[in-house]
Amino acid sequence: MSNDKFISIEGIAKRYPNPAGGSTAVFEDLWLSMKRGEFSCVIGHSGCGKTTVLNILAGLDEPSEGAVIVDGQAIEGPSLDRAVIFQSHALLPWRTVMGNVAFAVSSKWRNWKAEQVREQAQKFIDLVGLTGSEHKRPSELSGGMKQRVGIARALSITPKMMLMDEPFSALDALTRGTLQDEVRRICLETGQTTFMITHDVDEAIYLADKIILMTNGPGAVLAEILENPLPKNRARIDIHRHPHYYGLRNHIIDFLVSRSKTFAQTVTGRDPRHVPVVRPALPEPAIINEPAA
Amino acid sequence: MANSLSIRAAVVSIALLLLFLGGWHIATRGTGPAANMSPEYARLMGATATQGKSAMPGPLDVGAKLWEHIKSPFYDKGPNDKGIGIQLGFSIARVLFGYVIAVAVAIPLGFLIGMSPLMSKALDPYIQILKPISPLAWMPLALYTIKDSNTSAIFVIFICALWPMLINTAFGVAAVRREWVNVARTLEVGTVRRAFTVILPAAAPTILTGMRISIGIAWLVIVAAEMLVGGTGIGYFVWNEWNNLSITNVIIAILVIGLVGMILDQILARFTRMVTFPE
Repeated sequence: MSNDKFISIEGIAKRYPNPAGGSTAVFEDLWLSMKRGEFSCVIGHSGCGKTTVLNILAGLDEPSEGAVIVDGQAIEGPSLDRAVIFQSHALLPWRTVMGNVAFAVSSKWRNWKAEQVREQAQKFIDLVGLTGSEHKRPSELSGGMKQRVGIARALSITPKMMLMDEPFSALDALTRGTLQDEVRRICLETGQTTFMITHDVDEAIYLADKIILMTNGPGAVLAEILENPLPKNRARIDIHRHPHYYGLRNHIIDFLVSRSKTFAQTVTGRDPRHVPVVRPALPEPAIINEPAA
Repeated sequence: MANSLSIRAAVVSIALLLLFLGGWHIATRGTGPAANMSPEYARLMGATATQGKSAMPGPLDVGAKLWEHIKSPFYDKGPNDKGIGIQLGFSIARVLFGYVIAVAVAIPLGFLIGMSPLMSKALDPYIQILKPISPLAWMPLALYTIKDSNTSAIFVIFICALWPMLINTAFGVAAVRREWVNVARTLEVGTVRRAFTVILPAAAPTILTGMRISIGIAWLVIVAAEMLVGGTGIGYFVWNEWNNLSITNVIIAILVIGLVGMILDQILARFTRMVTFPE
């Protein structure tokens, strides 16, 4: 198995029965592969089936057609190899921070002693910067802290890949920024393969190596895969000064505003197995208004 | 602020109690000796006719009798004259016995119904038909088949305590947040471990609420059941004292039934608070 196809989505479709008879396809014939250690971000409007794709990757949902292969094996149901960070953090409210992370650790290593489980959980609680809050319950934590616990829980089982379903959309802008920094740091440090869903263009630009553009559903397709032209060592503070930043950003916004709707009608001869890879470059200079002489 | 509210509430409660006792006392006191009655006739008629005394006991009579009961709650002078403590003990034992059996049946069955849509649909008609049956309607059938009045009373408690627990458990289990179940699924937690580590804690507040409703109903029903089966218990005590025309003892029994019911409810309320989690 090659590293180029660590994760391979092969022709998956999801259809729901129609009240009028027949069925509506949310998406059909979807092909996508990801490299090991790559951070991919899917961006698209609500209802295009992003979450369904993620749930299929997680094994929580089944495709109506096609298969997903991870590390050479077709996935069948959920697995400890693929950790999910839920949008709503999904912490168990009757357990403490330690209890929530330890629940995951002891699920992976069933014969570990309590001390071993605690040690492993502590390591990841420290990693997300929650040292000292181990014995708090989720109700005593802020939204950002809860999501940190969610991240610690996902990482603590050392998964082959992480799946994130709009993990920061319920947070305020400042907390979101801090957590994005943390996630970027952790992913770079651990070389984690990550698949994330987002609505937030800047989040995608900051975090992702590849940004996958998905058209509107029903019948959604992958329109383009954008390679992030920004350097790997980009920082939040000066990312918007990079010469390629606005070219990339404008490209994504243009897609979301207009092309995501018209893509299906305007583009013909599309090969779903080979989604075009695009590397947006410098924005074209444009004169907005001529100064009066 | 909250403190001053409790104090004011206590003052109002005590004032209402005094008002009630005062009204009761005035309504039942004698109107004074009736004039022109020969002593022999007066003796024959008793205080009700001669002193204008009401047949209803006043608060002082009840208080005096209550003190007697409190002084010796556990005396036993044969089948028709036992202390109120003994009678309560019999009733509580029956309720707990029937209730524990009901818990043992309702919670596993509720889990099954809550976790399996098939069983939920299949058992629904039975539950819908059996639930509204008055537990006392089972009594003749229980007496005929079990042939033991004590066991029949326990059976009646079992059947009345079953439904609220069963329905609440099934509902609580079925309503566990999807995301918590998904967390367990992505961690490859097996069905049994999932039931104990995720579903049980998540559904516990709902289950305990059902158990609290059940203990209340069981305590309501035991009085009626014991009136029917007789022999021992606080329900039998009420009926026996009615046959003795001792309204004083009937009033005391009513008071005691209320107190015990409140204590049982408070115990379950405390358990419910223990398993409730803030979100």
